[in-house]
Amino acid sequence: MEPTIYASLDDVTLSFGEHVILKNCNLKIVRGAITCIVGLSGAGKSTILRLLDGLIEPSSGHVYVDGHDLCHTPERDLVELRQKTSLAFQFAALLDSLTIGENVGLPLREHTALPDEKIQHIVDDALESVGLRHVYDSLPNELSGGMLKRAGFARAIVTRPELVLYDEPTTGLDPIVTNLITDTILRLREKLGGTAVVISHDLHSIFRMADYVAMLFEGAIIAYGPREEIRTSTNPFVQQFLTGSEVGPIPV
Amino acid sequence: MRILERFGEQTIAFLEYLGGMMALIGESIRSLVHAQIRYAETFVQAYELGIGSLLIVLLTSLFTGMVISLESAQQAVQFGIGSLVGGAVTYTSVRELGPMLTAVVVAGRVGSAIAAEIGSMVVTEQIDALRSMGLSPVRFLVVPRLLALAIMLPLLTVFADIISILGGMWIAQAYAHINPASFISSARQAVGFEDVVKGLLKALIFACIIAFVGCYQGLSTRGGAAGVGRATTSAVVISIILIFGTNFVMSYLLFGGH
Repeated sequence: MEPTIYASLDDVTLSFGEHVILKNCNLKIVRGAITCIVGLSGAGKSTILRLLDGLIEPSSGHVYVDGHDLCHTPERDLVELRQKTSLAFQFAALLDSLTIGENVGLPLREHTALPDEKIQHIVDDALESVGLRHVYDSLPNELSGGMLKRAGFARAIVTRPELVLYDEPTTGLDPIVTNLITDTILRLREKLGGTAVVISHDLHSIFRMADYVAMLFEGAIIAYGPREEIRTSTNPFVQQFLTGSEVGPIPV
Repeated sequence: MRILERFGEQTIAFLEYLGGMMALIGESIRSLVHAQIRYAETFVQAYELGIGSLLIVLLTSLFTGMVISLESAQQAVQFGIGSLVGGAVTYTSVRELGPMLTAVVVAGRVGSAIAAEIGSMVVTEQIDALRSMGLSPVRFLVVPRLLALAIMLPLLTVFADIISILGGMWIAQAYAHINPASFISSARQAVGFEDVVKGLLKALIFACIIAFVGCYQGLSTRGGAAGVGRATTSAVVISIILIFGTNFVMSYLLFGGH
């Protein structure tokens, strides 16, 4: 059966002044799958997540999420669309002044009329999913980097979004916590059954969780396909990236 | 050619600033009109921004009242018009120095704190996180601070007026032997209830200036920790200049040179 597309970037170009970040970039995100985007640092991977979340608008082209064109959509309508999507930030971006429980429960408190007990129950469940139920009353500055990221995941999934975007979830973490984070993403996908896009540099983690892999280079997707196809790709750019070689078409 | 280029860049930057500020004011008003107010957060901000500034406002106002009295009492007694000192101190405190000095002190303490806090939230992606969750940073952060300042700055100004007059009265008695009863009588003749209300109206406008400038500078922060520092300094400088300029215009409009 042909996979259905949940989100896509159609011929997207994004530039700030003379600095071009994405140039005629095309990408399809398959519904229900985990798509990992790889590429050099500063290639514009996180920018793709921000485009998919409607936080920024492309200079030209279109960004579609669940059939809606996010470009030129008024902010008021984007607010509704954003509730189908969640972005787990690289450094969690939890609000300093709120406890972990309050942070995770914030979207529910602001967007639903659920009673406090019900919200607490949902938040407890979200924290349980990432193995952090015991930190409900802690402040963000009391948590380690890995715990913060998982608390960020809990906030991202608490509204049960259809699309979860993970921005470098394993960057800067030791191998054990990296494995834990990868397991958590896989477990959350199983639990939510939704679509996910993951930006990562950790190849081991990518090939464990990805259904599809896309490689971004010089503002465009130069390789895309199922994970095994990318792992065995003969594309010299992909090969150089996967082997980490200094020799090849990617300038060092 | 380079001068023209620079002039053009500065003009565009100024217009962008103006446009951004107008958009912020517009969205804040929309939130207020639709009663999208976070009351608990407003209360917390009122306490932190208002009550936290009380001591410093009282001290600056006390010394200001005392110095006006010190300067005017000696001269007034020499010319045999010591009975007018109360009026002079009260007049300047209620109509000009009370609202303006309180606003300047609060701009230094609170305007900078607002810009630093929101600026830090920008560089740590907390503002993006709010937008990503479908929450408006204006409703979430700006409106509570705006309301808190709009309530607390006029209140602080009332305290500033009172303490300034009391300080002036104390110095007038201690230094120039002016009777407190004569001081109060002169004060009541010089200043009416209308003057107090107009002074508080000034405080309300100054509160809006401090809140909007602090929030806007914070929300436009770029470039990490250094950017937060720049936003904080700009918030204070721009607020103080706007307060002085607005004070002149409002004095002209409200008091009409009388």
